[in-house]
Parts: sequence; structure tokens; C-alpha cells
Amino acid sequence: MSENPIRVLVAKPGLDGHDRGAKIIARALRDAGMEVIYSGLRQSPEQIVNAALQEDVNCIGLSILSGAHNVILPRITGLLREKKLDDVLVVAGGIIPDQDIPKLKACGISEIFLPGTSTQTIIKYILENCRAAPV
Amino acid sequence: MGRTPTGQTRLDKSRRRWEEETLAPSWKRFPPRLPEFTSISGHPIQALYGPDDLEDFDPEQELGFPGEPPYTRGIHPSMYRGRLWTMRQFSGFGTAADTNRRFLYLLQQGQTGLSVAFDLPTLMGLDSDHPTAAGEIGKCGVAVDTLADMEVLFRDIDLEAISTSMTINCPAAVIWAMFLAHAEKSGYSWTNLRGTLQNDILKEYIAQKEWIYPPHPSMRLVTDTIAFATRNVPQWNSVSISGYHIREAGSTALQELAFTLRDGIEYVEAAIRGGLQVDDFAPRLSFFFNAHNDFFEEVAKYRAARKVWYRVMTERFGCKDPRSCVLRFHAQTAGCSLTAQQPHNNIVRTAIQALAAILGGTQSLHTNSMDETYALPTEQAATIALRSQQILATESEVANTVDPLAGSYFVEKLTRELEKGCWDYFEKIDAMGGMVAAIERCYPQKEILDAAYRYQQAVERGEKVIVGVNRFVADEERPIDTLSIESGVADKQLDGLHRVKSSRDGLAVQRSLAELRRAAATDRNLMPFLLSCVKAYATLGEVCEELKQVFGAYEEPVF
Repeated sequence: MSENPIRVLVAKPGLDGHDRGAKIIARALRDAGMEVIYSGLRQSPEQIVNAALQEDVNCIGLSILSGAHNVILPRITGLLREKKLDDVLVVAGGIIPDQDIPKLKACGISEIFLPGTSTQTIIKYILENCRAAPV
Repeated sequence: MGRTPTGQTRLDKSRRRWEEETLAPSWKRFPPRLPEFTSISGHPIQALYGPDDLEDFDPEQELGFPGEPPYTRGIHPSMYRGRLWTMRQFSGFGTAADTNRRFLYLLQQGQTGLSVAFDLPTLMGLDSDHPTAAGEIGKCGVAVDTLADMEVLFRDIDLEAISTSMTINCPAAVIWAMFLAHAEKSGYSWTNLRGTLQNDILKEYIAQKEWIYPPHPSMRLVTDTIAFATRNVPQWNSVSISGYHIREAGSTALQELAFTLRDGIEYVEAAIRGGLQVDDFAPRLSFFFNAHNDFFEEVAKYRAARKVWYRVMTERFGCKDPRSCVLRFHAQTAGCSLTAQQPHNNIVRTAIQALAAILGGTQSLHTNSMDETYALPTEQAATIALRSQQILATESEVANTVDPLAGSYFVEKLTRELEKGCWDYFEKIDAMGGMVAAIERCYPQKEILDAAYRYQQAVERGEKVIVGVNRFVADEERPIDTLSIESGVADKQLDGLHRVKSSRDGLAVQRSLAELRRAAATDRNLMPFLLSCVKAYATLGEVCEELKQVFGAYEEPVF
């Protein structure tokens, strides 16, 4: 491999405990050769951004099923900009109505994966849009 | 069936003959569609089941009669001929006033029981003004901060005429105290109240993951509510031991069955250790199962559940009261089976799942709405979900006879296999030292995650089909209307909370909280102390925080 593996933070903001999706994605990304850090449940935007900084990740995958995405996701992308982490690819998935997607994309979420998305689609998207640090 | 050995041999012989002479040639014309046929849980399924698959099958012993041990055929002698299942749609959103309006609407539409969905801050024991509640208030359910919200939630609802289920776990004792306080203030007698508190903390650690305290103090809160219900609210189901969330987290049908019943054993043991007599409280334990896509596996699961629980209660706990040994359950169709793609198809999925729950002998049923992969249901979607149950109940004629699938070689074989698998899991978990110990080493959590991953891979390989997702995909998806919770809800809720906080007797609140904290450090039953707190309008968050000072907070082990 000419590149280091892509480092991904799979994070669960919001108060819900539905971690089936996040854990499946984490395992699938690992199986695809990425280095995955799983945040654990109920992480605040500050905790997530700090973890991204400390772990020096290339990508953050946010899983949220609580309905609080319109409040929480923009806070995370705002904090990332503040910390000059704009180059980190941010994707999200969960229970997110169609009408909320344009606003979330406008605030810096690159892609939203809705229920039923295959892990292969997500892996492909991350590989294509995320440049790992060269050796 | 009491077959003689000669009869058995004759059956084997004729089956082999059929396989060779009739079946084999047909494979040449129609080769199997799939290399392997399995249930949705990955359990192998044969092409044909016959009497030879049910060795030593004795219907008297294995099935009995409805309303009699081992209750395989159902817990009531006449099942739905006497009384239909309770149609209990889970609902809640926004403020207490918003949800109260939805409740009154559903009751007017013919719903026969209430089931409260709380928002996430409430489910986590947090007040609406807690920093992490931002964006979550009223979203997944109704926000309840104090007794004042509970009073509005049940305004104009006759609590003695209708039964109420409350889906709440880590702060269940506090929310129940609010409900009991409201009932008392409204002049209802606790002895006439009927309802269910989910109050199942074990499945939270296993699957749904809403917790505050570590397992041991959490179990103490559960046993306190069991003891209090036994003495003071005798018609109340103190725990609804739930497999629903275990299944939603990705378990197989067998894991759902086995972990749920093993959780049940853990509660019974804890209550006995707390000094209760098993026959005093066991009749008020109830269960809650998922109704998933695999129709026959689900029917078999419910039948096996009744049979296993009967044996557990009689053999393991020596129950004498027959009511202690019957497994009563609520079922909800599988939320995780719904698709965001072509959402109208969800109506069909839900109807099939509901039929499985009915033919499996459920006592009450929630049918999901087709739009729930997007948001909480609109009124129209919620109405279709209720109508689906009403169509099954009144038009399909499926409720005319008891346990109609009994005697099906396939269903009886599946029932036996699930039963056997369940005992095997019990043995493993017993060897670990019980369910709390198993949870601490993440055993059920890992089993479920592995099953969830296996299923996801099977879907991605196309071995398991999800219509609209990996087969029969539409070129273009037409969006549907969804319910959005207006942002004004949070402001209204916060205003209400501040009004309560500024008008209550602050000293009385402090006093009741201090008494609660002192009691928490002893082994006294906490319900009377919780009642004093909520009657003084202490908030949910204040009460839960006070207990945390004594009990500590739970950290999920990494696995």
C-alpha cells in the first residue's frame, strides 16, 4: 500500500442508544482495511470534535436516530471549522427526513446515508472522497 | 402420536420412497432457487416437514389445551373468541398537551389501551433544560419533566377505565411515581389502576442502551417497584420483560427469546432475594416481543416462549399459582424491518408481522406506521396502522379459532427447536453466573452484534432480500409527507418547566430529595420517597441526579 490506511471516527451524537448501525458500519469499515475508532454512545459535539483532533482522523461518520440532527450536526461541523479541521470528511446516517438533507449538506455534511444503504456504498464513498495521508 | 416402532419405520420408508421417486426427478425440472433455505434468523429450513420430524410428539404433553399447562396453545381457554387482543398504539410527541390530544384522538378511533412514548431526555432521566437535551425535546416522544406534565398528559382520560403502558426504563420508578401521584390527586384508587411499566433495565444494557446507574442499583430499583406494585397497585404489570429491543438490535429470533426469558429469570431471582414470595409478584410480570418478517418462526417463537416460561416457573421456582406460570405478552411489529425506500410497502410488511403475533396468541399489539423510517408517524399513517389491526380482527376471520397453526409439522418442529435452543442459552448464561454477570462480560451484546453483522452481509450478498432495497428497486422514489415537530415545542416545554420550578415550595423539594438520598443508601423501598419527591414537584432530572450521587453512573464496557 502506498498510503496509510484511512482513519475514521464512527461517532454517536444525540441521546439515542441505537448503535446497531454504527457498530455494523464500524466493523465493515475495519473489514475494508480502514482504522476505525468508535466513540461510544451519547457524545457531545465537543467530545466528538476533540476525539477527531486527537485521533487525527480523515473521516467522521455520525450516526443519529434521535431526531436532533438539525441541532447537533451543524454544531459539529461548526466546531470542526473552528478547530481548522475542515479537511476532515464528514458523513452521517440515521433517521433523517429528506427535507432536512439540503440544510445539513449546506452546513458541511458531505453525504447522508439513509436506512437501507449498503456498507459497500459507504465504503466506496469514503474511499473516493477521503484522501489518506501519504506515507 | 404414540407411533409404534413399526409405524415409524413405515413412515421413514415411505418418506424415502417419495424423496427418490417423486421429489428427485422434480429437482431436474425445477432446481432449488437457493443453495440453502434458512429462516430470517439463519436457521436451516427443510423442504418438507412430516410426522417423522416430530419424534415422540405427544400433543397432550407438549400442547395441552388453551388456558392450561404448558400453555403452548395460548393462555386463555377461548383466546380471541372471548376477547380480542388489546390494540395499543405506542404514541407520544411534543409537549404533554400535544400527546394528550393524540391520545384522545386514538381512543375516539377505537383504540383500546394507551401506550406512552417519552422523548429521549425523559428516557435518560434528564430535564428539558439539561444541555444535552437541546434538539431532543419532544422529538421521539413526549417530554415529561415534572408531575405537572403528567397531569396534562392524562387530562380527561379515565385511568380506571383504560389501561396505560409506559415505555420507560432507567427512570421508570420516578415516572411511575408521577403517574401514581396524578392518579391519587385525581381521585382514582391505586387498586383499580391497570397498566404496564416497561421497567426492564437488563435489556437496556443488552440492546437499547438507555441507562443511568450500574446494573446492581438498577436491579434494586426494579425490585422496589415490583414489591410496591405487589402491595399497593395489584393490577399493575411491574416489569415488561422485553425482547423487542434485543431483536431490533439485530438478534436472531432465538436470541430474542432466550435472552428475554433469561432476563425474566434474573428479575424473579432478584425479587425473591429481596424477600418476596414468588407467587405474590410473578403473576404481574409481563413480556414484550418483536413481530418480525419470518412468519412461521415468529409464531413458533411465541408458542415456545409460553412453554419455556411455564417450565421455568414451575420447575425452577416452584410456583403454585397458575397465574405465575402463564406468559402474557405484548407484541410490536419490527421497526427495523421497515424501509425508507418505497415506504408504502411497509404497510404490507406490518400486516404480515401483525398476523404472526395474532396467530401466536398475543395479548396486545402495536402496529408500526409506514413512515417511521423518516420520523414519528403522521396522523394518517398512524390511522392506517391501527386499521390494519382492525381489518385482521374483524375481516380476516383469523381470530375465530384458537392456535390455528398447532399440529402443523413445521410449526411444531420450529417450536421445539426454539425451545431447545432457549434451554441451551440458559445453561450458558447460568454457567456465567446469571444475566447481570453475562452482561458485564458483554456476552449477549456480542452475540447480537455478530448476528446483526451476519444478516447485513447476507443482505449485501443478496441472499436475504429486502424489497425496494436490494431487489425490486424503484428508479425514482416519491417523497411522502412526514411529521415534523415544530421548534416551538422546546420553548413551550422549557417555559412550563421554569414556571413549575419558580412556583413550587423549594424547601419541600430539598427536604424530599435529601430523604430520598438517605433512603437510597439503605435497603428501604424507595417508592414512598420517590412519591414524596414528585408530589413536591421535584423534577425528573433532580430525582435521578440525587440517586446518581448514591448509585454512581454506568459506563459501557468496550467490546
